[in-house]
Amino acid sequence: MELLYVGLAALGAGLAVLGAGVGVGKIGGSAMDAIARQPEASGKIQTAMIIAAALVEGVALFGVVASLLGVLR
Amino acid sequence: MTARKSLVISLYFALAFAIFPLFTFAQEHEQEHKSLQEAEEEFNATEMIMHHIGDAHEWHFFGEGDSSVTLPLPVILFTDGGLVTFMSSEFHHDTEGHNVVEKGGMRFVNLHEDIYKLDAGAGAVEFDAEHHPLNASKPWDFSITKNVAAMFLTVILMLLFFTSLARHHKKNNHAPKGFNNALETLVLFVRDDIAIPQIGEKKYMKFMPFLLSIFFFIWITNLMGLLPGAANVTGNIAVTVSLGLFTMFIMIFNGNKDFYKHTFWMPGIPTWVKPILAVVEGLGLLIKPAALMIRLFANITAGHIIILSLIGLIFILENAGIAGVSVPFALFITVLELLVAFLQAFIFTILSALFIGMAVEEHEHH
Repeated sequence: MELLYVGLAALGAGLAVLGAGVGVGKIGGSAMDAIARQPEASGKIQTAMIIAAALVEGVALFGVVASLLGVLR
Repeated sequence: MTARKSLVISLYFALAFAIFPLFTFAQEHEQEHKSLQEAEEEFNATEMIMHHIGDAHEWHFFGEGDSSVTLPLPVILFTDGGLVTFMSSEFHHDTEGHNVVEKGGMRFVNLHEDIYKLDAGAGAVEFDAEHHPLNASKPWDFSITKNVAAMFLTVILMLLFFTSLARHHKKNNHAPKGFNNALETLVLFVRDDIAIPQIGEKKYMKFMPFLLSIFFFIWITNLMGLLPGAANVTGNIAVTVSLGLFTMFIMIFNGNKDFYKHTFWMPGIPTWVKPILAVVEGLGLLIKPAALMIRLFANITAGHIIILSLIGLIFILENAGIAGVSVPFALFITVLELLVAFLQAFIFTILSALFIGMAVEEHEHH
């Protein structure tokens, strides 16, 4: 039974990572489109991309923290 | 040496470094291996990881048991019998609650880095169904633990760096040289790219000390946590809670009337929606710093757990050949962690600046 809880927690973490992958991928994709349209603005676009990526990763890590709580209890 | 040549040399080293452990297969020492296995306990990966990312009352570098290299740290306890202090070496590296330390008539044990005061006549701590101690109590633990000592180290480093920069500016009018120059570039980065865009030209100066302190504290502690044998400070939820609370208090105490009016009684929407929005916005006031805290904690802890798991894989599989895969991966993740150390400090600072900016913003009224 213990193994079931731990397995579910690990599955939850995997789903969170899925969300992060999709999210950061979209951000990177739009950033590349924007840079292709306007190469002079690439510095600003890069900064904005990094900030948005860190925020999305933050949300994914909430999920990881939740599964850590599940595993350690 | 050209860039290309040094790149080629680094690649050769990386390749050699990765391939070398694969050759450890070829040795015949199975007899030796088996008896060693029986002598030592089963390797528990979770325990190893928890030991490395958790806090501790002594600073353990390497080694096991009595021959380990550790730095004992002071244990400071507030009990009902008064203030009790002793060095953690009196526990003799015990974290299972066996060694009892007697001070001033009171007996203390260290059970998984929680210090309990045993009631009279008790030998070991017993727990009931809800994990409350039956025959012991927990005194207020104000010890200098590993994390506290690491924080002091960071503070000393920061004082050294910035007083030297300030002294340079007191004496000269030109740009500083060397390390001071780099430091000044970073300070200007915080001012020009974080403080002024988010808080505005008129009010940013008041909050610069806070933003600079938070930025450099988080960055330096993140970097120090990556060294072997170092303390995982920002991966401790208590530390990040305090940092989040700082941001929250500064945001709350500097909010002007417009900010609170817009939060709790937002103009421009039908009246029946306003109470609902007031609750949501009020919760948002608390949740935004909480998100800051969890983001920093989770990022740093997750990074450390990944690195420790990759290296622990070598011990779980009990095969040195895995090192050829594990160590390069761990190297890659460590380099990523260097980026994450800076990025998390930057994100924490820029979001704090954003929240403060929202709190002190002047709104024009129509």
